Amino acid sequence: MPDLNRRSALSGIAAALVLDGCAKRWPKGANGEERRVNFYNWDTYTGETTLADFEKATGIEVRMSLYANNDELFARLRAGNPGFDVIVPSNEFVTRLGMSGLLQPLDHGRIPNMANLAPAFRDVPYDPGRRWSMPYTWLVLGIGYRKSKVDGVPDSWKWVLDSDRYSGRIGLFAESDDLIRLGAKYLGHSVNDVGPALMTRVTDMLIAQKRHVKLFHRDEGQDLLAAGDIDLVVEYNGDMAQVIADDDDLGFVVPREGTLINSDSLCIPAGAPRPDNAHRFINYLLDAQVSAGISQTIRYPTPNAAALALMPGEYRNNPVIFPTGPGMANSEYGRFEGIGHIRAVDEAITRMMAA
Amino acid sequence: MKEQPARSAPLLFTLLAVPPLAWLLLLFAAPLAVIWGYSFGENRTLIDIAITGSWANYARALKPLYLAILLKSLLFAGITTAICFIVGLPVALSIAFAGPRARLALLVAIMLPFWTNLLIRTYALMAILRTEGQINSLAGALWGTVAVPLGAGPFEPLPLINNNFAVLVGLVYVHLPFMVLPLYAALDRLDRSLIEASLDLGAGHLATLWRVVVPLALPGIVSGIIITFIPALGAYLAPDLLGGTNSQMIANIIERQFRSANDWPFGAALSFLLMYLTFIALAVQALAQRRSAAREAQG
Repeated sequence: MPDLNRRSALSGIAAALVLDGCAKRWPKGANGEERRVNFYNWDTYTGETTLADFEKATGIEVRMSLYANNDELFARLRAGNPGFDVIVPSNEFVTRLGMSGLLQPLDHGRIPNMANLAPAFRDVPYDPGRRWSMPYTWLVLGIGYRKSKVDGVPDSWKWVLDSDRYSGRIGLFAESDDLIRLGAKYLGHSVNDVGPALMTRVTDMLIAQKRHVKLFHRDEGQDLLAAGDIDLVVEYNGDMAQVIADDDDLGFVVPREGTLINSDSLCIPAGAPRPDNAHRFINYLLDAQVSAGISQTIRYPTPNAAALALMPGEYRNNPVIFPTGPGMANSEYGRFEGIGHIRAVDEAITRMMAA
Repeated sequence: MKEQPARSAPLLFTLLAVPPLAWLLLLFAAPLAVIWGYSFGENRTLIDIAITGSWANYARALKPLYLAILLKSLLFAGITTAICFIVGLPVALSIAFAGPRARLALLVAIMLPFWTNLLIRTYALMAILRTEGQINSLAGALWGTVAVPLGAGPFEPLPLINNNFAVLVGLVYVHLPFMVLPLYAALDRLDRSLIEASLDLGAGHLATLWRVVVPLALPGIVSGIIITFIPALGAYLAPDLLGGTNSQMIANIIERQFRSANDWPFGAALSFLLMYLTFIALAVQALAQRRSAAREAQG
């Protein structure tokens, strides 16, 4: 444990040194801000030339740092913004960061490309009026599988959560909240408002299922599937689309019970040193051409209608990127449900992993 | 009489002592004190912790659920330490009794892995152990050339990863140098004539090892055991990356408290429970050292 603390503290100090140490030699732009923007993003989540193109177009250099999950982002910002201008939290964390005072409200007047967004994404329950966030991608969890090793299409959560049919070949996502939500969905409940009784039921189901589960992965499920370690895995459609492009023995399905929808969103953290550059960068990322270029690389579904119109049919009609069927109709966003709920979920998962 | 540096050159002593003391206070004691304070606090909102002086976090940490995980971690760390000792003692002995050039080469070989980051080493181990990894491909090829012609069935990959076995392999691999180096240091200081005397006077090799070498090297052995056991108890990469569905150790729970569970007070209490155990282990070591010093003084 001391090791973990020390490492995160050191990396924080190192980041602060890097971010501050360079501050002096940056020339200022017309808006009075240094000509740079610090972008804190997920790995493999921009187009190949997106950042360089922005610098060419505006003279503002983008310095990108990476995080592995929302919890890491939240833990980092909660200790004080070390100098990031733009971040990409998922929907539930937009709510969490917003209510914790860790975000700056967006000035829609400076983001005219908001008009490119599909109507469904202009106003969302997790961020009413889009006060804090602009959607960057959306994504759904489903089952990735190896066609030659699975009978037909495994279009129910049953095959990974409640069945011994593929014993020893299943990989589940190590995100405790998602596991509980998907378990509730499989049992015919919403992903939200999971009360204590249902949570116990889901946990007991997962405990019983555990001996058939090979591993819990940290969002590298698509690689484990591609490497042949497992034959079924709970993963995001975008990650699966990337590996399916190289191996047509792999498939992806959104189970018929429905799933959890997420949307990664561009936000400006509180205390961002260069808010105007941040707005310009967000507006740039929502440009139709730019956004299409990003989608071309990362293969996640885009909420940008103008960009979608520019994409080839191979992307627009790709059943992995844009899944259809009963599962999609039954899907929902996960809501933030308070501190007590987080603790209950963590304890349920601890119990499941210890059993 | 020993020279007292503080008395003979007070200014120089102060100048030399201030930086490390400041370092210790600022970067070790102060953050640790904050975490210790958190362990008596509770979450008010997602980001505010009120330090209430409550023992609730410790009470929660001692619930059977967490106690069982702590016990399991102690067991894992204990097995790791035992294997490291059994493997490490012959290694340390052969280094200590090797010629000067071979000794240098062996020491470098022991320390070489430290030049690579722990995460990278763990990923390398994953590549070796995985279902389609090096060991299984090699075993599969051997099976194909030897067993299949004799009428055996097709090769079933060995379950080498994502189970408790893999966690132990990872822990032993990472912590072996921690055991070998203090053992080597202790054995190197050993008075060789005592070993010769023991052999001359009729004790066999094992008896000499057990009744002469081990007692004399006891302080080094205790250091080795403690310095191996403590980090093994707090390991979280090995169970996380190599483990299966029932391999979580206490450090994984702590990591979750600071990340996904966002419950720093509870994470702090769990960390400090480990810290208290560490202090106890160090006290035991100090006791052992004092006893062996006393024995030396008598003899």
